[in-house]
Formats: sequence, C-alpha cells, structure tokens
Amino acid sequence: MSDFLNTICRFTWLIPVLPLLAFGLILLTGRKGPGHGAYIGIAAISMSFVLSTLVAARTVIHAFGPGEFEPVMVQKLWVLVGSKPIFMGFAVDQLTAMMLVVVTTVAMLVQIYSTGYMHGDERYPRFFAYLSLFSAAMLSLVIADNLLLFFISWELVGLASYLLIGFWFARQSAMRAAKKAFIVTRVGDVGFFLGVLLIFAKTGELNFHKIFAAIPSLMNVTLWGVPVLPLAGLLLFMGAVGKSAQFPLHVWLPDAMEGPTPVSALIHAATMVAAGVYLVGRMYPVFAYAPHSVSLQTVAIIGAITAIFAATIALVQNDIKRVLAYSTISQLGYMMLGLGLGPAGFTAGLFHLMTHAFFKANMFLGSGSVIHGTGTQNMQEMGGLSKKMPWTYWTFFAGMLALAGVPGFAGFFSKDEILLEAYKNMPILFWVALAAAFLTAFYMTRLMALTFWGEPRSHEIHAHESPRNMTLPLVVLGVLSVCAGYVGWPGHNYFHHFIHFGETESEFSLFVMLLATGSGLLGIFAGWVIFVKKWIPSSLLREKMPIVYNLLVNKYYMDELYWAIVVVPLLWFTRVLAVFDQKIIDGIVNGVGYITLGFSIAYAWVDKHIIDGLVNLVGSSTERAGRTLRYAQTGVVQNYMLVVFLGVLVISLVYLFK
Amino acid sequence: MIPLEWYLALSAALFCIGIYGVLSRRNAISILMGIELMLNAANINLVAFGRYLHPNQLTGQVFAVFVLTVAAAEAAVGLAIIISVYRNREQLNVDEIDLMKG
Repeated sequence: MSDFLNTICRFTWLIPVLPLLAFGLILLTGRKGPGHGAYIGIAAISMSFVLSTLVAARTVIHAFGPGEFEPVMVQKLWVLVGSKPIFMGFAVDQLTAMMLVVVTTVAMLVQIYSTGYMHGDERYPRFFAYLSLFSAAMLSLVIADNLLLFFISWELVGLASYLLIGFWFARQSAMRAAKKAFIVTRVGDVGFFLGVLLIFAKTGELNFHKIFAAIPSLMNVTLWGVPVLPLAGLLLFMGAVGKSAQFPLHVWLPDAMEGPTPVSALIHAATMVAAGVYLVGRMYPVFAYAPHSVSLQTVAIIGAITAIFAATIALVQNDIKRVLAYSTISQLGYMMLGLGLGPAGFTAGLFHLMTHAFFKANMFLGSGSVIHGTGTQNMQEMGGLSKKMPWTYWTFFAGMLALAGVPGFAGFFSKDEILLEAYKNMPILFWVALAAAFLTAFYMTRLMALTFWGEPRSHEIHAHESPRNMTLPLVVLGVLSVCAGYVGWPGHNYFHHFIHFGETESEFSLFVMLLATGSGLLGIFAGWVIFVKKWIPSSLLREKMPIVYNLLVNKYYMDELYWAIVVVPLLWFTRVLAVFDQKIIDGIVNGVGYITLGFSIAYAWVDKHIIDGLVNLVGSSTERAGRTLRYAQTGVVQNYMLVVFLGVLVISLVYLFK
Repeated sequence: MIPLEWYLALSAALFCIGIYGVLSRRNAISILMGIELMLNAANINLVAFGRYLHPNQLTGQVFAVFVLTVAAAEAAVGLAIIISVYRNREQLNVDEIDLMKG
C-alpha cells in the first residue's frame, strides 16, 4: 500500500497537467466535445482530485507515522543560466497536500455546478476551458518546489482570472472589472517579483528548501543598508496583498463579481485569493526568521485592518455577491492576521484557509443558485426564498453559520484559533478581529434575512429551485462546511499535527473561546433584532449617521481615491507623453524624413546634371573625336604609308638625339 | 676593302628611292616595285653588317635569304591582290581606290 502511494507521488506532476490537457482539448473540440466540452474538464479535474487524494493520503500516513516526515521531491534540470543550473520540479509536503485536496475538491464541484449554471451560454465550452486552465495554473502553483515555477503559475492564475472575470466581456462593467483585477494584482506582482529577484540575488537559489536552508546565513546581510530578510518578506507580501485582496489592493475583488458566479466561487473565494495566503505560508521561514519580525507584524497588521475594513463595508451592500466578496476580503484578512502571529498562528491561518475555502465556495455557489432562481442580485428584491429553494437555503445556512463562527461549524474552530493567537501575541489586533467577527455574524444574518427569511418583497420574481447538478455540489460543500472544522478540535488538533511550523501548539483558552462565540452569537442576535423582528429600524444608521453610512456605501471612497491619485495623474501623464510623442518624437522622425528628402532632391540634381553630364561628356567627346578623326581615314594606302614613314622617322630622330 | 659606310649609303639611297616610289607612284605595280627596292636595301644592310661584324658567320646572309623568301611571298600576294583589284575596278590607280575612306 505504502509502495503504491509512493509510486503515485512520483506522478504528482500529472495533477496540474491533466486540467491543462483538458484546456487544450476543449479549445480544440469546442461544442463537438463530450457534453459540449464540460465532461472533458470534469473528467480531468476528477482524475486530479483522485490523484490529489492519494497523494494527500500518502502525506497523512507519513506525517502521522513514526519517524521524520520526508517530503516527496522531484526535480529536473530545466535550463542553464550562465553556469547556474535552474531546476524545475515539484515537492509535496503537508501544506501542498492540503492545498491540493482543497483546490481540486472546490474546482471539481464548481465545474459540476457550472454545467447547470452556465447551461445555454453562448460560449459554454470556452468557459470550461478557462476553468481548466485556471485549475491547472493553481495546481502547478501549489506543487511548485521553486519560486520560478511558482511565479509562472502565479501569473497564469492571474491570466485565467482575467479571462474568467471578463467572460461576459460584451458587458462594459465585466470588461472593466477584468482589467482592474489584472492591473491591480500586477501592482503587487511587481513587489513579488522583486522579492524573488532579491532572494535569488542573495542566496543564488530558487528552490524553496535551499532558500530556507540559506536563511540563517542571511541574518546579517543588508542591501543598501536595509536588512535583506525583512525586505524580502515585505516584497513577497506585496504579491500576496495583491492576489489575496488585502488592504489597500483589495479594490479589484468586489468588482470581480462581474464574472459568472461559479468563477466567483472558484477564484474569489476558494483558490485564487488563497494563492496569496499560500505564498506567505509557503515562504514562511523567510517571514519567521525571528519571532515578531517586522515582516510578520506587517502581515498581521495588514490582515487585521483588512478584516475590519471589509467587514464594515459588507454591512451596507445590497448586492448578494458583493456582500460575500467583502466577507471574503475580511476572511482573507483573518488568514493573514493568523499567519502574521507567529508559528502557532501559521497553523491557524492555514486552517482558516481550508475551512473558509469550503464554506465560502458553498455560499458563493449558493448565491449563484439564488441568482439563477430569481434572476437578480439585489437582495432588496428577494426575500422568503427559504421555502422555494430549500436545498439552496439549508446549504447556505450551514455556510453562514460556519462563517459566523457558531460552535460546531467549520469556521468556529479556525476563527477561534486565530483569535486565540491574536489574544496571546497582539492583544490590540485581537479586539479588532473580535469586532470583525461580530460584524461578520451581523452582516451574514442581514444577508440571510433579506434573502431567505420573511416574505417575498417582489412579485415579479418567481423563484425556483436549481437543477440537481447545481444542488449536489452545494450539498457536498454544505456537509464540508459543517465537518471540516473537526480536524482542528482544540486539544486534539490533528490539523496542527499535520501542518505546523515549529512545535508550539497554543494552549486552549476558554475565555477567548467564550468571547469569540459570544461576539458571533451577539452579531447574529443583533441582525435578528434589526432585520427579522425589525424592533430597531434598519434605516437607523442611514438616518442618524449619514456620513458614516455614505462612507460605507461608497467603500470608504477607495475607488475614488485611487481614481484621483493614481488613475487621473496617470492619464494626465500619458496625455503629456502623447503630446510629447506627437510633437517631439514625431517631429524628430518627420524632421529626419524632411532632411532625407532635401538631401535626395539635391542629390538628384547632382546626379542629373553632374554625374550624367560627365557620362554624356565622355560619350559626346568620343563622338566628336571620331567625327574629327574620320578625315584622317582617307582610304588612300599611300597616305597611311606616309604617316607610318613619318612616324618611324620621328621616332628614330627622337631616339637618335635623345 | 670597301668600307661599311659605302654599303650603308647605297642601302639608304636604295631605301629612299624605294620609299619615294611607294609614296609617290600612283600605279599599284610601281608601288610594289618600290617595296621590293626597300626590302633589297634592307638585304644589303643585313649582308654588309653580317660581313663586317661577324665575318665567320653567315647570319646576315641567311637573314637576307629569309627576307627574299618573304619578298617572294609578298610579291605573290600583292600581285594577286592587284589582279583582283584590276578585275573589279578596271584600273590600278591607288588614288582612286579609296573605298575604305572614313
């Protein structure tokens, strides 16, 4: 058995390759492929899922077995840069195994779900091709054993997200959202790439294990007076900030809801945004070179800011997907906060990554089902859907309880762990995160109340339950939203045993758990009071504090701020450049043209009059000479003879009297 | 013994007569005769020099024999041309034979 699993692990590279092949195959076959191409994609990702499960099984067996855990590592020489060999390969350790299972599970369910959601779409096969490309990119990112492959996959993930967000590119807003997502994440990627270069420059290595091995030797190395390790950590974190939609580069994620809802579930809840968290997790030794390092603290603070910041915005959104989008940003903030809190927080953050992937994918797909059934995204037009869409309702409810951190659901365990770490390491951030937890529970209750509970508010909407192929993934994810947390039971934390950095497991604190649970339940209660019982009017905030309300509705004016301080100066600058280009560059080019023209005109004159004149002169002078000399040609032999005689005479005389 | 100069003078005189004939006669046959005179002047020269410079060798004389041979060939070709010209033009006046005039 163990041998079999070890052999399977040698074929880990197939996991990303299969969806990649599916991508090519779907593009080639189009509508003629099985299931209009959908079955190809589903088959490929299912095989990847099975492989991932086997790989994870091997990892679990080894991690819990006796002896030191040995990651599977395979690498091949890829290219020689000068005399420096660059290797390509993959490595499977616990973190990779967990991500493989999470990504393939969610990707597979999303593809199955999409057969229902995207049914009848004009570019149906193309959608599955992009989904496969995305999965391939994400999976190769997960198994990469070096920064180069990681970066390539990272950018491919960005490309796939661009294609998927802009899938309905005929819509202006979708096109803009796709561009925005691509460009904003690119800002972070610049930092990431600089980080990669910095690490490569200082260690000469791209392979993760070799980089980690070289970290102790970098402790006192500086670059222009700046210590290299914190600098590298911060640069890498910039990439994570862009990809994982952390403050202040979070602006692309809510707009990215313009993509089809399965895409939102796949990219913006479970996997792509997880890439940023995964990056920090993967490169953790670079961050955690010292306890409470600068880079770790930055990660924690940015995470906490993002968590509270996005949660407040989510309070007032009316678009069901936007509420979920801001909640995603907020939860990603939680993960970053966890990661930033040191070795024990590392486990907590990645645990939250896993549970969040399940319950947020569940809720995104659920919201897709709602949109599919009602034809609107505006929650104010919904209401009372619980009876009409029971499957969607109950699965969504499970996801909501998990997100709100109700005891017994997945989110409870992971969020609790993060709060516990925050309480121990950075108490200020603990209170911030606690407030965010309260807000999360509150806005999720609001979402539930507006969407599923109460009476239908619009009579034009005739909601209906979604088909079986959409509800099945919901049920699977719903079950996972409930169960996934139990691997991290406090005290018997299997998850911690599986994924950890160092050996420290935090001691369980009942106080923190009570506070966390209390804030969640309080949030639900507050939401229930306001939006279900309506004891307090929900318009209170709008009427009493219009400034705060407007600030929240307009998302703290971040988009406007970026518009004013980045886009407008950039546009102005480009206009200046355009004028410069038109007047000066074009002027120079035209000037060169005119000068050339002038020269050639002058030269044409010279050619015509002087060169041609000389040639003609040769001709005409020859002709004239001939005309003159023909008279010497008398035809009388004696004349010739005379000339010869005189010539000889002259020559003789000259010779004689020389 | 007759000195060399005499021979040379004779030869030069003959040559001059020959060249005069060639240049001044109109009749083609006379011109041919002038050429013969010039050739024979040269022959005298050759024999005289041969006798005076290398008395024991026959170089000059042999050379003269060559010249005679050439002169015979020349006379044959020349007369043939003259006959051919006469047949076509019915005259031998070289002034009139100027078809090659430029």
